[in-house]
Amino acid sequence: MPQSADKVLDHNKLFHEPEYQDMLKAKRAKYENAPTAPQVTEILDWTKSWDYREKNLAREALVINPAKACQPLGAVFAAAGFEGTMSFVHGSQGCVAYYRSHLSRHFKEPSSAVSSSMTEDAAVFGGLVNMVDGLANTYALYSPKMIAVSTTCMAEVIGDDLNSFIIQAKEKGSVPEDYDVPFAHTPAFVGSHVDGYDNMIKGILGHFWKDATRKETDSINIIPGFDGYAVGNIRELNRMLREMGVTYTLLSDVSDVYDTPSDGTFRMYDGGTKLEDAKAAVNAKATLSMQEYNTKRTLELCEKAGQETAAFHYPMGVQGTDEFLMKVSDLSGKAIPDSLTLERGRLVDAMADSQAYLHGKTYAIYGDPDFVYAMARFVMETGGEPTHCLATNGSKEWKAQMEELLASSPFGANAQVWAGKDLWHLRSILATEPTDLLIGNSYGKYLERDLGIPLIRLTFPIFDRHHHHRFPTWGYQGGLNVLVKLLDTVFDKLDTDTGKLGETDISFDLTR
Amino acid sequence: MAKDIPDPIAPEKLIEEVLSAYPAKAAKKRAKHLGVAEPVPEGETEIVSKCDTVKSNVKSVPGVMTIRGCAYAGSKGVVWGPVKDMVHISHGPVGCGHYSWSQRRNYYTGTTGVDSFVTFQFTTDFQEKDIVFGGDKKLEKTIDEINTLFPLAKGISVQSECPIGLIGDDIEAVARKKKKDIGKTIVPVRCEGFRGVSQSLGHHIANDCIRDWVLDGEGSEYEATPYDVNIIGDYNIGGDAWSSRILLEEIGLNVVGSWSGDATLAEMENAPKAKLNLIHCYRSMNYICRHMEEKHGVPWMEYNFFGPSQIAASLRAIAAKFDKTIQDKAEAVIAKYQPLVDEILAKYKPRLEGKKVMLYVGGLRPRHVVTAYDDLGMEIAGTGYEFAHGDDYKRTGEHIKEGTLIYDDVTGYELEKFIETIRPDLVGSGIKEKYPTQKMGIPFRQMHSWDYSGPYHGYDGFAIFARDMDLAINNPIWGMFDAPWKKSA
Repeated sequence: MPQSADKVLDHNKLFHEPEYQDMLKAKRAKYENAPTAPQVTEILDWTKSWDYREKNLAREALVINPAKACQPLGAVFAAAGFEGTMSFVHGSQGCVAYYRSHLSRHFKEPSSAVSSSMTEDAAVFGGLVNMVDGLANTYALYSPKMIAVSTTCMAEVIGDDLNSFIIQAKEKGSVPEDYDVPFAHTPAFVGSHVDGYDNMIKGILGHFWKDATRKETDSINIIPGFDGYAVGNIRELNRMLREMGVTYTLLSDVSDVYDTPSDGTFRMYDGGTKLEDAKAAVNAKATLSMQEYNTKRTLELCEKAGQETAAFHYPMGVQGTDEFLMKVSDLSGKAIPDSLTLERGRLVDAMADSQAYLHGKTYAIYGDPDFVYAMARFVMETGGEPTHCLATNGSKEWKAQMEELLASSPFGANAQVWAGKDLWHLRSILATEPTDLLIGNSYGKYLERDLGIPLIRLTFPIFDRHHHHRFPTWGYQGGLNVLVKLLDTVFDKLDTDTGKLGETDISFDLTR
Repeated sequence: MAKDIPDPIAPEKLIEEVLSAYPAKAAKKRAKHLGVAEPVPEGETEIVSKCDTVKSNVKSVPGVMTIRGCAYAGSKGVVWGPVKDMVHISHGPVGCGHYSWSQRRNYYTGTTGVDSFVTFQFTTDFQEKDIVFGGDKKLEKTIDEINTLFPLAKGISVQSECPIGLIGDDIEAVARKKKKDIGKTIVPVRCEGFRGVSQSLGHHIANDCIRDWVLDGEGSEYEATPYDVNIIGDYNIGGDAWSSRILLEEIGLNVVGSWSGDATLAEMENAPKAKLNLIHCYRSMNYICRHMEEKHGVPWMEYNFFGPSQIAASLRAIAAKFDKTIQDKAEAVIAKYQPLVDEILAKYKPRLEGKKVMLYVGGLRPRHVVTAYDDLGMEIAGTGYEFAHGDDYKRTGEHIKEGTLIYDDVTGYELEKFIETIRPDLVGSGIKEKYPTQKMGIPFRQMHSWDYSGPYHGYDGFAIFARDMDLAINNPIWGMFDAPWKKSA
């Protein structure tokens, strides 16, 4: 009997005990009708071949392990960044359970959102009653300052009209007439979570700005975009902008609501962009987007309102941060302070100290379009080669931007850009053209297992490592965090490869 | 803990207070779902008592933050997803498959991507044009591509997401056609998320699809014996079905089918040949047991492998369906594990005795785990189900004490208030409830996923269960919530 109270074995060890191993082998042999070991080996080898790669890349209908989620997730995330705001997702209720679970698993934090719980009768008659009752219940129970409405694909397919429904709900007294209920249609069958983010921010700003007369100020709006590292990154952004003395408004600040303290009180809402600030943001002279592909439609709205706009690709590393700070300086008229120049020097210093270990390393990078752009750029700054750059939700336009970036450096010469491909494509690509390192999220662990390429988790979602999102990847300080993660992975691999006593340990060096 | 323990409040009063926050229409509806376990009325047996007056399995109230999921979650996420040698297509937009990807820890053996596919996300990734023109052609092509790239997959299931039923696709026709084309089992499942009121209808639909599209399959050869049983309704979360199987085999039974944790298509097809179906999660798989009983004459019985008292009782009840050899072996097995049980209780009971627990889970657990807590000397202050039916509440009565708070399809608001007021020593619920509860300074264990631990079934599992409850409750962090300079005098 393997189990004992003294040393309790859970699944990590228990099933490797002989009693269980024998049992599982017998199950497979007797009842599973399983393929034979040689059959399995043959197919396994084939899945790593060029022949398989060609067939795999020729897929037209089937999508396997895509690195993207659907629009409403982005909408719920965006809305969470506004003061006292409850997301109300109109449609089937299971979706909301999924978004909440997904965000909680990543941030290790509460994630609140409600559903209008539409069922078959709503599919036939429309979801107006669900909206009317739902808004009233949400308003009464959770006392939000604002309710941000988005949609699941069910409501989109049957064509529910949010604008009209919300007006009718107000007429029926679900919420006060002047209560803020911005909305966004967020069909899951168009784009991905980054588009949902865009649509919701646009919905909220459109709601607050629609009747405003704009009086331009010196303030700058900054939209962070969908970001698993938002907690660390937004705080780092705030710190840099404060050091510069810039007047600014963050539009959607989730850094507090996804990082509440444990002190005995559950805060359903915390921090976020103040509603009056969101309203006043129309007066800003400019709106900057930290992630172009998260804000295409929103920036159009800002331009229409008369603002200057600029979009970045998730500013990370030396040049990404340089560009961002210079643009902020340019717009605000505030000089970049010596303190930030000093930080820049420290990041460059660290990169110079460690360059020998990163120069020439090859990478596969996947994630959202802006992240992949930034990561590839930073990798090239270290002398690394971003050999495979993949975004399941990357467009042709993104591919062209990537190719331009890669062409700008000799380290991008051998790189390939994979727009619209998924992680099963990436498995074939890496099985045939492997890289030294893989950068992505937790789902990348399957590729790491199958192909032996070390994974560095630097983008959403990260379920199987804790708290990384509390540290920034943006700015020079963030660059340092990213640098250390790359280096630690390289050093750990070196130690593992040289770590067997008496066998491989010739180069098991104390100082590296 | 940061807050002072409040004076105890009568559960009836607590329910009244909670309901007062709702608009009238919602309050009226919610009132029927909240209750307190009552004394057994005279002349009644306990089994129909106490809490079967709570209303269940009706639509959630909009806008209240129900914790429930949908039919797709019940079918793909619960019943079908664990069948390891089949490819399960999340048919529709990308999200449903994405959020449910690898999240239930349905353990399995095999070579992932070659002969097993549980931790995969296969989707038709619907785009606008698929909504407009229909997705049947895309589905056909998807099935062909699966057949090319995964030749050892034994079959394919089509898990419908909301749009499928709304745009009028004929997935059954596609399934029949492609079955002819590729010669493999293809199961079309109409588990669109808007169907029914919770995961529950998804379970039912998934069961019906097994009946209609699997059970007439060929199966595979195996040596049949008079001791063949199936484990039904164990999803092998953290290996639960394995720590159960080992006991059943030890008492001399042969588990020919494991439904659906670590299952293969052949195991499902072969199931009707067994002598007895043993069902753990009654809610999600009673339908197929009833079918096998009617059509194939396979009797079924419920059992409970949480905690030593129920494990022993269940082993005896199961053995009673067989001959004396099995009964003797069951006694021998119970005796064999008794020292382990004694050790576990000696180590953990003193640390857990008298601790108050509140549960809010799905399936079978709001009643089944109660007795495991009992074994550790812990008390249940409240329990409730996400998606139970009346027969679940009937089955709950015997396990709980009078005065226990009962909440069906609880809302975020209600659960928070209940926890805040009762301030139990431990809450067992899901990921969405975990962090709000912990922020309040109350220890928490996820009781869907075993909080990434497990197994909890069987004797081996009970040791882990006891260890986990102890580490949750007796961790020093709960004493550090107050900054010392802020402590009240």
